[in-house]
Amino acid sequence: MANVPVYEWSLLEAARAVREKRISSRELTGAILARIEALDPKVHAYITVLREAASAQAAACDEEQAKGTVRGPFHGVPIGLKDIFCTRGVRTTCGSRILHDFLPPYDACVTEKVLAAGAVVPGKQNMDEFAMGSSTETSFFGPTRNPWDLSRIPGGSSGGTAAAVAAAMCFAGVGTDTGGSIRQPASLCGVVGVKPTYGRVSRYGMVAFASSLDQAGPIARSVADAAALLGAIAGYDRRDSTCVDLPVPDYLAAVERPVKGLRVGLPKEYYEGGGLSADVRAAVERALKVLTDQGAEVVEVSLPHTEYALSTYYLIAPAEASSNLARYDGVRYGYRAEGATGLIEMMSRTRAEGFGDEVKRRVMIGTYALSAGYYEAFYGKAQKVRTLIRDDFTKAFKAVDVLLTPTAPTAAFRLGEKTGDPLTMYLSDIYTIPCNLAGIPGISVPCGVSADRLPVGAQLLADSFREETLFTAAGAIERALPWRRVAPVEG
Amino acid sequence: MAITREEVLHVARLARLAMSGDEADRLGGQLSAILDYVRQLDRLDTRDVVPTSHAIETGTPFRDDAVEPFGDREALLSNAPDRRDDCFRVPRIIED
Repeated sequence: MANVPVYEWSLLEAARAVREKRISSRELTGAILARIEALDPKVHAYITVLREAASAQAAACDEEQAKGTVRGPFHGVPIGLKDIFCTRGVRTTCGSRILHDFLPPYDACVTEKVLAAGAVVPGKQNMDEFAMGSSTETSFFGPTRNPWDLSRIPGGSSGGTAAAVAAAMCFAGVGTDTGGSIRQPASLCGVVGVKPTYGRVSRYGMVAFASSLDQAGPIARSVADAAALLGAIAGYDRRDSTCVDLPVPDYLAAVERPVKGLRVGLPKEYYEGGGLSADVRAAVERALKVLTDQGAEVVEVSLPHTEYALSTYYLIAPAEASSNLARYDGVRYGYRAEGATGLIEMMSRTRAEGFGDEVKRRVMIGTYALSAGYYEAFYGKAQKVRTLIRDDFTKAFKAVDVLLTPTAPTAAFRLGEKTGDPLTMYLSDIYTIPCNLAGIPGISVPCGVSADRLPVGAQLLADSFREETLFTAAGAIERALPWRRVAPVEG
Repeated sequence: MAITREEVLHVARLARLAMSGDEADRLGGQLSAILDYVRQLDRLDTRDVVPTSHAIETGTPFRDDAVEPFGDREALLSNAPDRRDDCFRVPRIIED
């Protein structure tokens, strides 16, 4: 560790160094804040940087530790939060104008758990508005750039978190994933991202997009870091009625287990069709070879309804979003349009001025799909196809332990390349969406580079509550295909 | 299937989104393209399929119907765009 700058340490190394009093939280936090100051004007991974609050938190951590108290496993270590998690008294925008000045009166469960683990929060990270997007370009606060190539997008919607982790502007972060919003940016930024099983992490205090799909999860520079952070944020919370009351396993212990005998499924539908770029395919094949070289078995499987997943998602998610976003009416909090003479006019203008184009588009699709005369044809139909997609996975997991696929069809694309055509942008999530519809867990782990030397991720999917299998397989891939973890941020 | 300007404006009213005619025309084209795409679901026979509303079936959890005061009233009210005392102020509700 001697020659590695402090900010490049892994989350677990940093935590151990604080615990063993080899470094103070103030030094660690200072290194991260300096890194943010130097690089974030170029990357724009943060919406709000909490310089003073983080420094005060770090000082408090050092003081407590001097007295022999340690809050938790990440005592004094900076961990970032996507700006979708409520932070008491700290602006939480969800990337939207309509929440540009919202000061939550309480902490999200994820916020509470990250703080209880002892972490210092250096800031709130950029995201597509209301997590609707695949490039972080729909943020009201401007796009985040990919730290590996500043002319490219970092993916989305948790693009700020993935970019901040890749550029070492935090040791790890927590994002959210409704259709790929953790895994796709993790893939495009060369970091590890985990979408846990639906119900594994509490959604309390996490701004709602599509409630039957939303799930929070870690983004980190190593599989072990991601496993440790998931262990800290997972678990039952009675304030989220869909949160599942199951014990949280020791995820970290799963990372170094052997993959010998593991049955790895290749869903043929994910490798057919023209959208998958050759370099991504080659990188994922290298990941497969790692697993088979270590004694995993390969099984070809079929998920026959895969081609319907995108359509199903683009009915269910907007329908739920149109309902969830009805609360933004300019009455109790957030932006309000000036000068309206009546209540309905005030609400309609507030929403027209407060929401960006992508959010409006989805609210419109959702409202249309739920409106009288169309409900059965669109929303009802999509819920039934969702059952077929889920059943495909149930069948597949009788024959295999884990599925291996690309995370995204291509490496990072350029800013502005896909903003003109919503459907083309939606295709970025074609491999990540089915997992959310089925509720199962998924991980993206770096497995190579594209022709343009950009990071490429492999996606692993497992049956519900089998996150340990994901960490085992991803750990093997990571050890065999070492990856330069911190982006240089040049240009 | 092309969506007319009138349909777009009707849905916008339902969604409480103020919208100009030009914006409705632009959005109408995009919505039509998206709805045409999702119409592929019609190829599937789903007559005997049970719909999924949540991926993990947990049932409805019950708890005691107990009052838990939030406590920090001011933190809630201080986010109001317009308030008077302990009330949220809004423009006129009943139009002339």
